Amino acid sequence: MARKRAKDRLKQEVNAGSMADIAFLLLIFFLVTTTIDVDKGVLVKLPPWSDEPPPEMKLNSRNVYSVLVNANNELLVRGEPKDIRNLRDDTKMFIMNPRKQEDMAEDPRKAIISLKNDRGTNYLTYLEVYNELKAAYNELREEEAMKRHGKSFDFLSSDEQREIRAKIPLVISEAEPTNFGEEG
Amino acid sequence: MAKFTKKRGKSNPEVSTASLPDIIFMLLFFFMVVTVLRDAEIKVTNNVPSATELTKLEKKSLVNYLYIGKPLDRFQATYGTKPRLQLGDKFADIPDIPLFLEKHRASVPEVQVPAITSSLRVDGKVTMGVVTDVKTQLRKAGQLKVNYSAKKRVD
Repeated sequence: MARKRAKDRLKQEVNAGSMADIAFLLLIFFLVTTTIDVDKGVLVKLPPWSDEPPPEMKLNSRNVYSVLVNANNELLVRGEPKDIRNLRDDTKMFIMNPRKQEDMAEDPRKAIISLKNDRGTNYLTYLEVYNELKAAYNELREEEAMKRHGKSFDFLSSDEQREIRAKIPLVISEAEPTNFGEEG
Repeated sequence: MAKFTKKRGKSNPEVSTASLPDIIFMLLFFFMVVTVLRDAEIKVTNNVPSATELTKLEKKSLVNYLYIGKPLDRFQATYGTKPRLQLGDKFADIPDIPLFLEKHRASVPEVQVPAITSSLRVDGKVTMGVVTDVKTQLRKAGQLKVNYSAKKRVD
C-alpha cells in the first residue's frame, strides 16, 4: 500500500504553529524601532536672499508693530517693555484696531509686524514670541471666518480661505539681529 | 446521571489559538506602517520648544532635517560645548548646508522640489546667533520653506 502512504504525505500541511512566533519576533522588532514621530512645528516662509540692501520703504509708523527681543530675553514692543502673556491680545488689537485708534494699524492689510532679536536671544524665547504673533493672526482669521461664514477657518473652501488670507495677510518681517548679547 | 456526563463533555474544548497569528500579523503591519527608521543618530542636545501654532509635516521624503544644539557629552572633547549644526549623521559647518540641500534635492522628483521643507530641530537653550546664520545660509541656498520643529503645548 505504498500509494496510500504517498497520498497521506501530500495531505500533510506545513505546521503553522510557529507562524505566531515568527510574527511575534517581527512585531517586537518593529515595536522597538518605532518612533511614532510626530513631526510638527511652526512653519515659516523665509524671504528670498538678495545681495542688494532692501529698498527704503516709507512706512507710516502707525502701521508698524515693532517687537524687539534682547539678549536677556526681554520684550520691547513699540518702545515699551511688555510681558509675553499680553503679546497675543495686544497684537490682535493692533492689527484689527476696532476702535480706530490713531496709533494702530489703519487696516489689517497695511499692518506690519517687525520682529527683531539679538544674537544672544534664547531660541526658546524667540520661538515663543514668533508663536504668539502667528497665533494672533490665526485667531483673527478664525474670528473672521466665523463672522463671515459661520464656520471654522479650517473647514472653509480654499477660495474662502484665500479671501480671508488676503484680508488679513500675515506679515512678519524679521530684521537682521543685533549683536550685543553673549552667544553660547 | 445523564446530566453529569453532558456537562463534562461540554467543558472539554479549549479556546482556539488558530487566529492568534492573524492578530499578531495585524499588529505587525500596523507597526511596520507607522515605523520611521531613524536614519540619523542625533549627536547634539535636541530638546525642542513647545508651541501652539503647529503644522504637521506630511511627506517624510520631502523633509530634510537640520539639528542645532550643544554636542552631547561624549562628543564634547572633540567638538566643544558651543552649539553646533548637525546635518545627516555628522557635525557640519554652516557652509556645508547648500551641498546638503542639493543632495537631498537630487533624490526628489523634480516636480516636488518646491515642496521641500527644511525642518530645523533646534534645542531651546541655543542662542539665536547660530540659528540666524543657518537661516541666512538657507535663504542663500534658496530653501525658503522652513519648519521650526516644536512640540504641542496645551494651554
